[in-house]
Amino acid sequence: MKITVNGVVHPLKEEYLNLTLIDYLREVLDLTGTKNGCGIGVCGACTVLVDMKVVRACKKQVKDFIDANVLTIEGMASPDGTLHPLQQSFIDAGAIQCGFCTPGMVLTAHAFLSANPNPTRAEIRKAINGNLCRCTGYQQIIDAIEAYASSVKN
Amino acid sequence: MSQLKEKAWRNDAYAKVTGSAKYADDIKALNMLHAVPVYSDFVHARIRKIDTQKAETMPGVVKVITHTDVPGKICFGQIEKDYHMLADDKIRYNGDVISIVVAETREQAIEATRFVGIDADPLPLILDTEEALKPGSPLVHEDRGNNIVNEHRVRTGNVEDGFNHSDHILEYDFETPYIEHSYIEPESAVCIPRTDGVIEVYGSMQHPFSTRRFTAAILGEPLANVEVITIPTGGGFGGKDDTAALVCARAALAARLTGRPVKMTYNREWSVRESYKRHPYRVHYKMGITNEGKIQSVKCRIVADGGAYCSVTPWVTWRSTVQCCGPYVVPNVHCDTIGVYTNNVFTGAMRGFGSPQMNFIVEQLVEMAAEKIGMDPIEFRRKNMVTQDCTTITGQKLSEHKVSMEQVLDTVIQDIDYHNKYKKCNHGNGEELYGIGLAMSYRGMSLGAEGKDFCAAIINMQFDGSILLEVGIHENGQGSESAMIKICAEELGVPIDRIRYRRNSTHNIPDSGTTVASRGTIMGGGAVVIAANYLKEKVAEALLEKGSSEKIEYRDDKVIVGSRAYSWLEVVQAMYQKQMFPYAFGVFQAPKVSWDEHTGQGNAYFTWVYGCQAVELKVNRSTGKVTLLNAVAAHDIGKAVNRAMLEGQFFGGMAMGMGYGLFENFVQEVGKIKTLNFDKYRIARSTDVPEMKAIIIENRDPLSPSGAKGIGEPTNELMAPAIANAIYNATGLRFLKNPIILKPGLEVEE
Repeated sequence: MKITVNGVVHPLKEEYLNLTLIDYLREVLDLTGTKNGCGIGVCGACTVLVDMKVVRACKKQVKDFIDANVLTIEGMASPDGTLHPLQQSFIDAGAIQCGFCTPGMVLTAHAFLSANPNPTRAEIRKAINGNLCRCTGYQQIIDAIEAYASSVKN
Repeated sequence: MSQLKEKAWRNDAYAKVTGSAKYADDIKALNMLHAVPVYSDFVHARIRKIDTQKAETMPGVVKVITHTDVPGKICFGQIEKDYHMLADDKIRYNGDVISIVVAETREQAIEATRFVGIDADPLPLILDTEEALKPGSPLVHEDRGNNIVNEHRVRTGNVEDGFNHSDHILEYDFETPYIEHSYIEPESAVCIPRTDGVIEVYGSMQHPFSTRRFTAAILGEPLANVEVITIPTGGGFGGKDDTAALVCARAALAARLTGRPVKMTYNREWSVRESYKRHPYRVHYKMGITNEGKIQSVKCRIVADGGAYCSVTPWVTWRSTVQCCGPYVVPNVHCDTIGVYTNNVFTGAMRGFGSPQMNFIVEQLVEMAAEKIGMDPIEFRRKNMVTQDCTTITGQKLSEHKVSMEQVLDTVIQDIDYHNKYKKCNHGNGEELYGIGLAMSYRGMSLGAEGKDFCAAIINMQFDGSILLEVGIHENGQGSESAMIKICAEELGVPIDRIRYRRNSTHNIPDSGTTVASRGTIMGGGAVVIAANYLKEKVAEALLEKGSSEKIEYRDDKVIVGSRAYSWLEVVQAMYQKQMFPYAFGVFQAPKVSWDEHTGQGNAYFTWVYGCQAVELKVNRSTGKVTLLNAVAAHDIGKAVNRAMLEGQFFGGMAMGMGYGLFENFVQEVGKIKTLNFDKYRIARSTDVPEMKAIIIENRDPLSPSGAKGIGEPTNELMAPAIANAIYNATGLRFLKNPIILKPGLEVEE
C-alpha cells in the first residue's frame, strides 16, 4: 500500500489507515502547511487536492486514499523554492494576512482554474466560497486569482 | 476591485503562501506531551470534589492537573484578578476548565478526559443583566458583594433642560449580540522548559506580555522565568488576549509539572466554548432634537453583559461611554454605563472595542431623527457632526489634528453617488427592494485614558550595514512587522530588503502593551521613528566635526553630507572607530490624556480618526433574503504606510461588519453556547460579501511621529448601521436589534 504526496511515494503502514488525512499529513509526514480550522470540513483550511479535486483532509481517512495522488500546499512551489505564479499573485495582490486560510485558498483556486481557466469575478467568488477567511473580506484573494488567470490568458 | 497600483509586499508572505510558516500547532519538540482541557456540564455550581483518580490510570496519561497542583496564583486577570485559571471553588460559566489532562498523545489525553469526575452543587443561574443587578440576586463572585463589574458616566450640560428645549423626543431600546471572533486558527501553545530554568512559550496569541504575566502568575515564578517568543498568529481581532494567554499559561504549568515540553492545541468547539466574545449590549437611548435639526439632549443607559469574568469590560465600556453620541456634538448628555457579571460566556476585547454597539444605535437614530423633522439624513448629520476645533461631549477640544469628518463623508457620498441612489430606494414598495445606506464615526485612537500608552523599538544595525528591527507590538496577521519595516526603511533611506524583523521575545524588548485598539501602527511606528532619529544623532556624531550643524540626508541607501555620499558600511565603520554602537532604542510615549470618572469629562484620546462607509443592497420581499451589492469606505488614516495591507484592513473589517449586521447569529441557551462551530455560526463567506472599495484619506497627524494613525477597528464599526439604514430605505422597516434577519414576506414580530 502506498500514497503519493507532492510527487513523493510513501509506503502506507496499516496503523496509518484509520488516521484522518490531515493527521497523516501533519503528524506523520510533517507537512504542516495543511491547517486545521474547524475539524468538521466547513472552513476549508485543511483543503488538499487529490487528482486536482478539492478534498477536506480533516473529514477523510487515509484508507480512502490508497494509491492516490495528493497535492498539498508544500507541493505548489518548485523544488528549488520558485513560487507557482498563482502563489506569487496572492503575494502581489495583498491577499495574505494571517495566512491560516492561505494554503487551502491557494489550492482551491488552483483546482478551480485548472477546470475553468477564464473565470469571471463572480465565478471566482463562488469557487472560493467553501474556504473561510476572517481577515481579508476576500476582495484581494479574488483580485489575486483574477490577475493570475488573466496573466495566463495573455 | 483593489485600487492598488503597486505590488503588495509583506515580510512573511513567502512563508505563508508556501505553507512553511510555523504556527504554534506546527511546532514539535522532542519528548513532547499533549495537554487538553476538561470542562464540566455545569454553568454555575459549587465544587465539592474533582476526581482525577480514574483518568490518571488511563493509557498514556502522565498527569491530570487540577487547581491543587497550581504552585502560583489561581486567580488572575488584566484588570480584576477574578479569573480562576483552573476552577477551584465554583464553576462560574460553562467554559470553566476544571482539569488539564496531560498524555503522551493528544488522542490519549482526549480519551482520558471522559474519566475526570466532578461533584458539585448547582447554584441559581444568573443569566440576565437586569436580574443580576437587582438587590438580592445570587452572585457570580460572592466576595464582590454585587454583580457590577464597573460603571462609567458622561455628564454634560443639563439633559432635562435639553429635553425641555427639544421639539421632538426619540426614545428606544436597542440590543446588540455576542460576536465570536472566529479567527481561523484556534488557540494553541507549545511550552518548552529550558535547562537554564526558563520556560519558552510559543503561542497563538496577540499579547506576549500579558501571556507572560498570566504564565508567571500560575507558575508562581518571576517574569524573567518565562520567555514568550513570537510566531505567526492565525488571526486575533482582539480575541487572542486573555483566553489565548490562559492556554499558554496552562501548557506552561503542564510543562513545569512534568519537566517535558507540552503542546496544548484547542479544537474549534473548545475555543468557542471557552473564549471571550464581543459584549452584547442593551441600551435605552433617549434623544431630543429641534425642528431645525439640532440634537439638544441625549440620555442613555448602556448595560453590557460581561459574563463570568471581568476581562477588559471596564475598558470596552469606557469607549462606549466616551463615544456614546457617535461623531456628534451634543450640548446636554447624561450617560450611565454598567458592566455586569453573569454566568454567561465572558466578554472582552473585540475589534471595535465598544464602538460597533454604539454606532449601530446612534447612526440609525440620527436618520430616524432626520425623518421625524423631514430633513435629509446627511444634512442632519452635517448640522451636528464634529468639526475643526469643536468641543466633544467629554469637553475635549479637537484642535491638534485635522478633523476630517466632513471630508470622509463627502468622499463616500460622491464616490457611491449617494444622493441619486437614495432617490431610487424602494421604501417598502415592490418585490425586489433596493436600498442604500451609510454610517460614519469618529474614533479615539489607541488606548486613550484607559491605560498607560507607550511602546519601544530597537534598531540594531550590524557591522555590514544590515539592520535588525524589533518593535514591542505583535504580528497578529495584520502585517505589523511589514509596516514597521517600511517605516524604518523610509526614515533611514534604506531598501526594505536590508531590514530583518527580529522575532520578538519578551526577554529582549520591554513590555509595550498589547497590540489592540488599532495602536500597532501609530504606537509602534512612532517608536521606530524615534529610534531612527536617535540613530541619526549618533551618525551625526560619528561623521561630523564637533559643533558642526551640517545637515545630513538619508536617501537612496546613502548617508549624504554635503557633496560626500557615504555607504552605510562606511558609516558603521566610522562609528566603530569612535567606539559607538549603531544601536538605537526608541520609546514613543502617547501624548497626555485625561479622564475624570466622577464628572465623566476629559481629553479621552490624544487623537481621533474619521470614517464613513456606505452600502447598497436589495431585499427580496417573499424570501426576506438580503443581497449586498456594493460597498464603499473612506477612512482618514493619517498616512498610508503599506497600502495593500491597509486596503486589506478595510475589506476585512467591512466583511466582518456585514456579519454583525446580517448573519452572525450567536446562540447561547441557559448559559450554554449552541453555535460551537462554523456549521452553526455563520461568518461571511466570499459569496456573502459584495465588491468593496477602499478610499484612503491621508491627513498626517502631527501627534503621530510617523504621521500614521490606525485602521483595524474603524473599518469594523460602521457596516452594521449602514446596512440597517439601507434595509430601512429598501423596506421601510427599522430594526433595533442585530443581526437583522428578515422573515419571508418581511413579516415583523410584535
